[in-house]
Amino acid sequence: MTWVYLGIIAFVLLLLGVYLSWTAGRLDRLHARVDASQAVLEAELLRRSASALELATAGLLDPATSVVMADAASRARVVGAEHRYQAESDLTAVLCAGLDAPEDLAALRDEVQDLDAALDELGMACRRVAHARRFHNEMVRGVQRLRRKALVRWLRLAGHAPLPETVEFDDTVPRGLSG
Amino acid sequence: MNIGIVCPYSWGVPGGVQFHVRDFSEELMARGHTVSVLAPGGEEDEAPSYVVKAGRPVPVPYNGSVARILFGPRAAARVRRWLSEGKFDVVHIHEPTTLSLGLLATWWTDAPVVATFHQATSRSRAMSAAHGILQSAFEKVSARIAVSEEARRTLVEHLGGDAVLIPNGIYVDRFDVPPRPEWQGEDSTLCFLGRVDEPRKGLPVLLEAWPEIHTRVPGARLLVAGPGDVDEARRAIPAEHRDAVTFLGSVSDDDKAAMLASSDLYVAPHIGGESFGIVLVEAMAAGTPVLASGLTAFRAVLDDGRLGALVPVGDASALAEEAYGLLSDSERRERYRQAASVAVRRYDWSVLTDEVLAVYEMVMAVGSPASSGRRFRMPGREGRHS
Repeated sequence: MTWVYLGIIAFVLLLLGVYLSWTAGRLDRLHARVDASQAVLEAELLRRSASALELATAGLLDPATSVVMADAASRARVVGAEHRYQAESDLTAVLCAGLDAPEDLAALRDEVQDLDAALDELGMACRRVAHARRFHNEMVRGVQRLRRKALVRWLRLAGHAPLPETVEFDDTVPRGLSG
Repeated sequence: MNIGIVCPYSWGVPGGVQFHVRDFSEELMARGHTVSVLAPGGEEDEAPSYVVKAGRPVPVPYNGSVARILFGPRAAARVRRWLSEGKFDVVHIHEPTTLSLGLLATWWTDAPVVATFHQATSRSRAMSAAHGILQSAFEKVSARIAVSEEARRTLVEHLGGDAVLIPNGIYVDRFDVPPRPEWQGEDSTLCFLGRVDEPRKGLPVLLEAWPEIHTRVPGARLLVAGPGDVDEARRAIPAEHRDAVTFLGSVSDDDKAAMLASSDLYVAPHIGGESFGIVLVEAMAAGTPVLASGLTAFRAVLDDGRLGALVPVGDASALAEEAYGLLSDSERRERYRQAASVAVRRYDWSVLTDEVLAVYEMVMAVGSPASSGRRFRMPGREGRHS
């Protein structure tokens, strides 16, 4: 009888081992995906600040708007990691304040040559940032869900990898850019 | 890029999701991408060459009514063959909660999956009942797109998580057509689009308001386009106002554009069941001012009244009042037309396709959860690449 019990115990241990190794592997892959989506988000943020900067320095808008926009966009590009997302929210606030009135912008689009393309590009960049942030946060939540599981916590299956956090900043698309 | 798209509804049956898939696929192909669409349908159903038919759906009792669903081993085999022949970079499924082909494709594919949710509300019972099963399948969906704020909210409430908002699209240029004088009234022309015998489309509300509008603007004419039993609707109109109403029946895309272009006012009196309101966008593209009921979806499209007029839902007298106000104020109509002509560009497929492609790029950069999880697999799912 003892052999049967030992056999059962060995089998259960084996199953547990397989499950744990699978979960550890899954966690590892999820972390890699979070890193990848973070890189995508960073790239989209760079694209947005670049097109904001381009619009601001092209001389298509009035000087005041241009200066404020250029300032916010370049700050977002150089600021340290600590204030990174605050700077991105600030850029959003500036864009929303400057490009909020669809009626005025529509008139301006007719008046100023080349403005159309620049605004459309910035609008697309803003939407891509919003998409990338949602996409990244979904990945983060996936890791968080798995890491909340008791077994994963007790056995420290995640090793020393820091718990990823969702990225929070204001990514509202200015009304003037969505037409 | 090599893209596989799964449409949950039969190609031959006209519907919003089908049109969406068709227009989007054609835009992708025009840009040089390879597209294959998997849709329900039998051999004898007409479909363009890029559509692969997965067989006929079977009526089964589901969610308290009879639903036409494609399932079983035969459908499964076709989905698997489509996936292995297509070698897709991205698989894009539509309306995944319909328990149709999309669910099967998600289950079997190794490519990153993008899912678009069209519907708002309803389905909640089925969604919560099948929650566990759906959840595990949806874990393989890399990115989720909702076509409207309402669709997004439904999704967030029932499945958790979040979605990217990319609205439904149209080809704006196709609505730039000349008006047809034979459809126009002496004084002004109004139009309505939607099933005549579907109360949620709101024709009864408009017909209740019609005598009042017609009395105040005797030269006005009302065009009603859409399938359904016309006789009953016609009888609901008092005799002296009946002749000024023309029922056009189902109209082709060209006729629809021409009807909108011939009208001074497009009326959307819907009382519910709309999650987006693509017709409003079409009217805007045709340069027709819009008068709509204040459904959440319509408020969103009309930017809370900046791009068109809004009246309380189901209120016929308010509708009559506002319609008269608009018909007698050409300046206000022109203002709506101007604002709408700019706003509508946001909905052009050329813009929206860029956005969806950006999502494709994101999921491809991150990779599929399936392709990296090959070490441990459900039994019976081996050898699927043979």
